[in-house]
Amino acid sequence: MSATLSNRHAPPATPPALADFAAEASCFDLSGLSLAYDGKPALRELTLRIPRQRVTAFIGPSGCGKSTLLRALNRLHDLNDEVSRQGHIALEGQDIHAPEVDVADLRRRVGMVFQTPNPFPMSVYDNVAFGLRLQGVKRKRQLDEIVEWALDSAALWNEVKDHLHSSAWALSGGQQQRLVIARTLAVQPEVLLLDEPASALDPISTLKIEELIRTLKSRLTLVLVTHNMQQAARVSDYTAFLQAGELVEYAATDTLFTNPRLQRTENYITGRMS
Amino acid sequence: MEITSDTHSQHISKQFNHELEELKTHLMAMGGLVEKQVQDAIEALLEGDSRLAERVRDNDKVVNDMQIKIDEECTRVLARRQPAASDLRLVLAVIRATSDLERIGDEASKIARNALSLVEAGRSPRGFVEVRHISEHVRKMVRDALTAFARFDTQLALSVVREDESVDSEYTTAMRSLMTFMMEDPRSISSILSVMWILRALERIGDHADNLAEYVIYLVKGLDIRHTDPDQLDDEAIQGKS
Repeated sequence: MSATLSNRHAPPATPPALADFAAEASCFDLSGLSLAYDGKPALRELTLRIPRQRVTAFIGPSGCGKSTLLRALNRLHDLNDEVSRQGHIALEGQDIHAPEVDVADLRRRVGMVFQTPNPFPMSVYDNVAFGLRLQGVKRKRQLDEIVEWALDSAALWNEVKDHLHSSAWALSGGQQQRLVIARTLAVQPEVLLLDEPASALDPISTLKIEELIRTLKSRLTLVLVTHNMQQAARVSDYTAFLQAGELVEYAATDTLFTNPRLQRTENYITGRMS
Repeated sequence: MEITSDTHSQHISKQFNHELEELKTHLMAMGGLVEKQVQDAIEALLEGDSRLAERVRDNDKVVNDMQIKIDEECTRVLARRQPAASDLRLVLAVIRATSDLERIGDEASKIARNALSLVEAGRSPRGFVEVRHISEHVRKMVRDALTAFARFDTQLALSVVREDESVDSEYTTAMRSLMTFMMEDPRSISSILSVMWILRALERIGDHADNLAEYVIYLVKGLDIRHTDPDQLDDEAIQGKS
């Protein structure tokens, strides 16, 4: 974990200005990705790039495959025998399904936050230290430093620093969600997948999560799935619109929400019948 | 993506359809009144009708009130609906258009004020031929810009944008000949100055009609052509189907 400690004092890197999509460095490269649940197609031949150190949002109606896609990015579907896959997903140029890939390490690199906050039934401190202990970090001083760094990064430190050893379940929903993000950040992921991270939260907690997403962009690639189009418009750099498992339109968020190219996208984002 | 004039009536929320339709209807009503104001101001001038000129000046308050009312409706739609894509472009285009229409109203009021001082001076000065000609030209521009708005007609809007250049050159020619008249007959300077102010107001009305036409292209095509040389415009992108 020495990298963690040395990074801790480094000034946050400023993400480069939004470039042409073509000029963006890739984090994920998907090619011809199809997924089916028990033979029923959920994603159909998706080929797209997710750029590094950007926020990419996936929007679309319920059942369009956006959460399925998110779960595919850190191989959560491996746990489900009914899921069949075709096509490839590369993370930083490396196929995530290659035999030499350690799934536990992949999930450390690609962290995930779910809709409902799911802190473990233990203290705030132990929640954040959980992943580190699994990795074998034992020295208390080192754990203390990383826990503080992670909570600070998740904009939660000031609210919990005096209750580190109280139960995580005593926190509010918004605080729990930021705690879960801190727990993910503690193991130094490269990517954070967020599946409706604010849909169970009140508007102020939602804004805190959105602000957190904005600050994390300087270090991480963020992929967000949301039903809330205003949220996608507020926080993302790029937005992809999925419908029935197909990628309909993928563009800079500013373009997609002011002048989409396709009628289907326009109908969805403006609430028209299609 | 290109939209049509009934695009804004296809929302799942009928109330939202209604609110956007109301915006368009109220904008057209304001446009109609402003067009009439310009027409009346010119008629008051050419016919020496001071009562009509007074009426134009009084009606300017109605135009101002309409601008405020439509802007309030737009604010409400933005706050309550957070419109996106073509809905957002419609609201923005309407906000911008009311501002230009209100200024056209101000220019009509200026013409009426100068018409009143010319009626009081009791002389029929030179320059009325030019005023009549340019006023017909800019009134057609305003009418076409409003029609283009109502029909989402980018072709008509583009023709208005191109028209503005010829109004500008007619204005320059007219000003030059009025200068000559002033040099020939210094006693007419004061009344010719009034005519010059009127021509200036007409030329500004042409500029505002040009702006209205640009908003139509933004609304329908999502293209912002403000500050673009009309000769450099990509006709195909503006008129073609996307």
